[in-house]
Amino acid sequence: MASNKKYWKSEAELNPNDSIVEALKQNEFTEQIPVDEFLGDKENLSASTTNRRDFLKYVGFSTAAATVAACEGPVRKSIPYVVQPDRIVPGVANYYATTIADGHDFASILVKTREGRPIKIENNTEAKVSGSANARVQASVLSLYDSTRVQGPSANGEPIEWKDLDNRIKGGLTAAKNSGKQIALLTQTYASPSTDKLIAEFKANYGENVNHVSYDAISEDAALNAFNTAYGERALPDYDFEKAGLIVSFGADFLGDWQGGGYDDSYARGRVPKHGKMSKHIQLESIMSLTGANADKRYPMSPTEQKIALAKLYGKLNGSNVGGGTSDVDPAVESIAAQIRKAGSKAVVVTGLNDINAQTVVLAINKLLASEAFDTENPRYVRQGDSAKVTKLVADMNAGRVGVLIMDGVNPVYSLPNSADFVAGLDKVDVSISFAFNNDETAQASKYVAAASHYLESWGDAQFKKGHYSLAQPAIRELFDTRQLQTALLNWMGSDKTYYEYIKETWSAEVLQESDWNKALQDGVFAASIAPEVNEESLEVSADEEEVQESIVPIASAIRSLVNTTSSGKELILYSKVGMGDGRQANNPWLQEFPDPITRVSWDNYVTISKADAESLDMENYNVADGGLNGNYARLTVDGMVLDNVPVIIQPGQAPNTLGLSFGYGKQAGMKAEMATGVNAFSLYGNFNNVQSVSIEKAEGTHEFACVQLHKTLMGRGDIIKETTLEIFNTKDVHEWNEVPHVSKDHQEIPVTSPDADLWQEFDRSIGHHFNLSIDLNSCTGCGACVIACHAENNVPVVGKEEIRKSRDMHWLRIDRYYSSEESFEQDNEKKDSMDGLWGDNGSLGGFREMEDAAANPQVAFQPVMCQHCNHAPCETVCPVAATSHGRQGQNQMAYNRCVGTRYCANNCPYKVRRFNWFLYYDNDEFDYNMNNDLGKMVINPDVNVRSRGVMEKCSMCIQMTQKTILDAKRDGRAIKDGEFQTACSSACSSGAMVFGDINDKESKIAELKDDDRMYHLLEHVGTKPNVFYHVKVRNTDEA
Amino acid sequence: MKKVLYRHLFSKVLGFSLLLFSTSFYAQEEAASTEVVAEDVSAAGGDAAKGKQLFNQNCAACHALDRKMTGPALANVEARLAEDEGLDKEWLYTWIKNSPGMIKSGDAYAVKIYAEYNQAAMTAFPTLSDADIDDILAYTAAPPPAPVVAAVADAAGAQGDSSGGISNEIILGALALVFALLVIMLILVNNTLRRIAEANGVILEKEKAQERTPIWKAFAQNQFLVLVSAIFLLLASAYFAYGWMMQVGIDQGYAPVQPIHYSHKIHAGDNKIECKYCHSSARVSKHSGIPSLNVCMNCHKSIYEYKGNPEGPSADDIANGYTNEFYTGEIKKLYKAVGWDEENQKYTGESQPVEWVRIHNLPDFAYFNHSQHVSVAGVECQTCHGPVEEMEVMYQFAPLTMGWCINCHRETNVKVEGNEYYEAIHTELSKKYGVDKLTAAMMGGLECGKCHY
Repeated sequence: MASNKKYWKSEAELNPNDSIVEALKQNEFTEQIPVDEFLGDKENLSASTTNRRDFLKYVGFSTAAATVAACEGPVRKSIPYVVQPDRIVPGVANYYATTIADGHDFASILVKTREGRPIKIENNTEAKVSGSANARVQASVLSLYDSTRVQGPSANGEPIEWKDLDNRIKGGLTAAKNSGKQIALLTQTYASPSTDKLIAEFKANYGENVNHVSYDAISEDAALNAFNTAYGERALPDYDFEKAGLIVSFGADFLGDWQGGGYDDSYARGRVPKHGKMSKHIQLESIMSLTGANADKRYPMSPTEQKIALAKLYGKLNGSNVGGGTSDVDPAVESIAAQIRKAGSKAVVVTGLNDINAQTVVLAINKLLASEAFDTENPRYVRQGDSAKVTKLVADMNAGRVGVLIMDGVNPVYSLPNSADFVAGLDKVDVSISFAFNNDETAQASKYVAAASHYLESWGDAQFKKGHYSLAQPAIRELFDTRQLQTALLNWMGSDKTYYEYIKETWSAEVLQESDWNKALQDGVFAASIAPEVNEESLEVSADEEEVQESIVPIASAIRSLVNTTSSGKELILYSKVGMGDGRQANNPWLQEFPDPITRVSWDNYVTISKADAESLDMENYNVADGGLNGNYARLTVDGMVLDNVPVIIQPGQAPNTLGLSFGYGKQAGMKAEMATGVNAFSLYGNFNNVQSVSIEKAEGTHEFACVQLHKTLMGRGDIIKETTLEIFNTKDVHEWNEVPHVSKDHQEIPVTSPDADLWQEFDRSIGHHFNLSIDLNSCTGCGACVIACHAENNVPVVGKEEIRKSRDMHWLRIDRYYSSEESFEQDNEKKDSMDGLWGDNGSLGGFREMEDAAANPQVAFQPVMCQHCNHAPCETVCPVAATSHGRQGQNQMAYNRCVGTRYCANNCPYKVRRFNWFLYYDNDEFDYNMNNDLGKMVINPDVNVRSRGVMEKCSMCIQMTQKTILDAKRDGRAIKDGEFQTACSSACSSGAMVFGDINDKESKIAELKDDDRMYHLLEHVGTKPNVFYHVKVRNTDEA
Repeated sequence: MKKVLYRHLFSKVLGFSLLLFSTSFYAQEEAASTEVVAEDVSAAGGDAAKGKQLFNQNCAACHALDRKMTGPALANVEARLAEDEGLDKEWLYTWIKNSPGMIKSGDAYAVKIYAEYNQAAMTAFPTLSDADIDDILAYTAAPPPAPVVAAVADAAGAQGDSSGGISNEIILGALALVFALLVIMLILVNNTLRRIAEANGVILEKEKAQERTPIWKAFAQNQFLVLVSAIFLLLASAYFAYGWMMQVGIDQGYAPVQPIHYSHKIHAGDNKIECKYCHSSARVSKHSGIPSLNVCMNCHKSIYEYKGNPEGPSADDIANGYTNEFYTGEIKKLYKAVGWDEENQKYTGESQPVEWVRIHNLPDFAYFNHSQHVSVAGVECQTCHGPVEEMEVMYQFAPLTMGWCINCHRETNVKVEGNEYYEAIHTELSKKYGVDKLTAAMMGGLECGKCHY
């Protein structure tokens, strides 16, 4: 049965005469393989004595050798101190109280050091004023280890010894003194009694032609001048928002950087409903600020409208007619005035308009109300910049009247709107010296660069508020050959004192009032008893009153000019972001990667625009296939200045006809290439006015954003962020506003928390510690200090813009921001519940599509989300290698060395809090951030692993901190007190939104919070039983 | 011929040992003579032997006889002061009992000495009686020679060493000779017998080699056996391969050469220094800490040379080169590193940190805290680090594997007594598990996250 079928492999075989067929029968290939081509140099090859067999021997040997060598551990060296400092025990952290006063941020803080290296910033709970560190202050510890720091003094770009520099500067100073030319000090705001005294002595030393000019990159001129006119001191009034029942803010971002910031603690304390009461917050603003996002009632208004509304409000409260006719703002003013009248002295009005008239009116209103939250007797000194003087200085420089210019803590070439004039003037200054941290724009333009010390390497003091002093002490020796200005000034004055001695003398003489210096240094803060000054104070006050009487006339004119404000075209609001401030820490990768709380965009600044305006300009934002957010570019023109290629973000809540642009970006000099992001808004900051008339047009091209949140709205899923109104909260039963989700069992509805609803056996967690974290959505302002604190504590890597865009961000803790798509979240829920079928007017298809878009003026809610440490964790059951497991103390543990990187856990996590190491983020040139150089690695916390490529990581509930607390107690042989257990986020949270503790301790705060009616778990219906719980957000929407 | 050989041997051994004995006799005679001298001198003033004791108790921390330390050298101090400064014994009594007082009173020589030695006043010893001081002065005038013991020990050591070496070799050689002789005798006997047999006409037939299958062929043909042995071989090699691979990364017994030969045996063993005196941070920190050099100098300011232990160096020590000179050399290395100028008893300020080779290398992903184990649990250092007090060269005693940790956590009871932290948790947990004692594992000591974060 042999077959005669002929099989052929290719068509060519059918043709018996084909030469290829014949050739293929004989050879494997029809043509000679061009071996020479890919082997290269044939001559050399044939000349070589190494034949194929030898080659294989070498390969075999080297493979075997490498294998064997890999089995040997490396030899590690261990180098002890020669003389160990008695305060340092390797492995035990030391804390020092110090102060940051870098001109933009002012806070009393604690520095955690390990083996002499500062590694983390903590809040100083001893401080009654500004004892909390915001995100930038938390991140400032990394700036200490900036690899682009100026490492020594230089003259015209050439390195120079301090000795020589001193001589040359002294020569310059003497020459200027003799020639009568001006000696100008252009500095940041110090708010430092010692520095003020030192500069006064410097003046005495070098004559009256010494001119000290304080300069804030972001000016608070109007507020300072208004206060000066009204109260006779160039300072800022202080506000205690905790005492306020009603807060009305005209564009004041007081949870951000407004008037030096630091108000979020007192604000948050007043926002928690206690005995049925909480403060009410009304915000009138143009951009969507962090403060506006927290408001109970928010009116989007352009700055012009705000001014008119403010004037009219004054009229209503004062009972006078301020004119101005009728306008769109009248209903709002009417409602606000009614509420203020009702609140009386419990109300407070603030404004962020950099306009002296507006500021004067606000001071007058608060005085009129006798507002309890308003404090003018002990004003704040954290902003002292005087832009008139700065302008004059630039003029003097250009006129050649300045002999010596000393700059410290400022970067005017970058931050002055007329920086070209400044640079031109700088050339005419005989001796210009800049105390620079990086080789920034000003340092490059100056003749001499004095390498400046970081604040963690410096001595210092500060008076944030009258009577509240703070001391700064170095936490580490200068890393490089650097000096602080004060040391240099002492030297140039011919004094042989150190600045430490100088401060100590000043304090002993003027501040301490018989108190102990060492105690003050240990505490970091000192509150002077004002008693001896009372007489003087009252005198001043009476003098003030006279002035106020006199200033009635200015108020009338102020009102007039406010009411008559008009605007043409669009108004641009220049603001500062929570993460970047005025940009002095722009080279800090933590801050660059920190997502803005509102837009959730990192690594960028952008112009924000309302949806209506965007549509008219044909601009859009859209997500592309990989999830990344894209947007158009715009060209902004302000008074002839053009800013090109500004990315556009469509911002819900932005007032129509206004634009917003943040400061702090667009720095180029002295920066790592990756950090030189965004555009420089200072170039549009004409006249130091943060409101500018602008024209905008669409530009070519598409910008790729690194936005960490793709979805803006809650889609009516009210169980993610539960919220209610104060009225309902006070009057209704808890089941109505905080219902436990129900599930069906045997066709019976049972609460998901009932044991019957559980598939799993319950573990006994009643013995030992059981950790829980409470997050109060009422007091969380979304400031993001916890995000950076977590970064620092847990060695979270920075991944860069490209990776963030791919949603590969590594933040263990994120703060979700949601907008409502209707007027409020409540209406969202109603809309979702009323949906009926797929199609039609009430259909879910169209309905959900609509709900994806945020409203023009949405409600906003923030929700910090980290690993929820579920007692029934979905991640644990799917791990094939048991790398993630549950501890008895409630922590969901992650053993990195066991993880093989299947990412099943991340897929199974309903909260999406697990983070995967897609790459090696340390010692990798592709990720050239702090973990890629030895200096930057000094910030790493030695108690926490640095994770490698291919493993999953997530929030550990700071198990290293809880373990340490336990160990300390065991060693001391004592029980643990409430409040001792902390996580990085809970200890960074100064507003009290995050509370951590042991719920098995029935007396503890956390146990009380867990039993609170407002307590709920995120996605409770999933049945994961998390150890993180939230508190229902209550909004105070009571009208009048 | 045999007899001659043995006789030679005997005489050799005898000669050698005689020689040795005679040398040691000499040494002893010398020692005896010096002792006599010492006694003669001490008879003059106080009791030098008692003085030595007092000197070591009170003075040795700051003074040596023959060199400057914190204070001046004290050999013949009485005579020296009398000759150079014209000061009598009374001056010395006052000085020793109340030196600060003398400096205050402005005594010329007292002030001079005070200035010369970094303005560090000598501790006053009001408790010493004049007789005590006499004893001490007697000792300083003619110290009972310390080297005596060492010399004897040296000699004894040399004797033991040499005799041991010779006897071993000789015995072995003799044995080999005996065996060789026996073999030769056997062959001779065999030959003689064979010749006798031949002479008697006995024919010795050689055994016929039978046609048997060689054993390897039989083995190869038995397929079952081949299979079984193949399986056995594979299993055996797998076993060994597994065993070998499991030790990769385990450095038990790792004993690297250190930049300074530091002997734990001398410090912790012979001198019984508490571990935590040097490794003090073990009490409070996660690191046990390698002591900084200033800790070494607490003692080594006055201990500038190694004088050996009373029994003298063992044969092993000598073989390894651990002589007194060697150890003293190592102390000099310390001085160099810490920048200690022996001449002037001052720090030069030029220091060179010592780069020790780290022996116990726990991987970064494992968190271990010494204070937890040392202070809280009261675990002896030796439990994990082995008999450190016997280690001339420090080595890694425990495998430091996770299994090793876990085993201990399973077996070890938590020390809860007298620790308030454990009170509540202990009663509740023991109720839950129905046990009296709690192991670390019951406390949650096996959870991943307790060591890996």
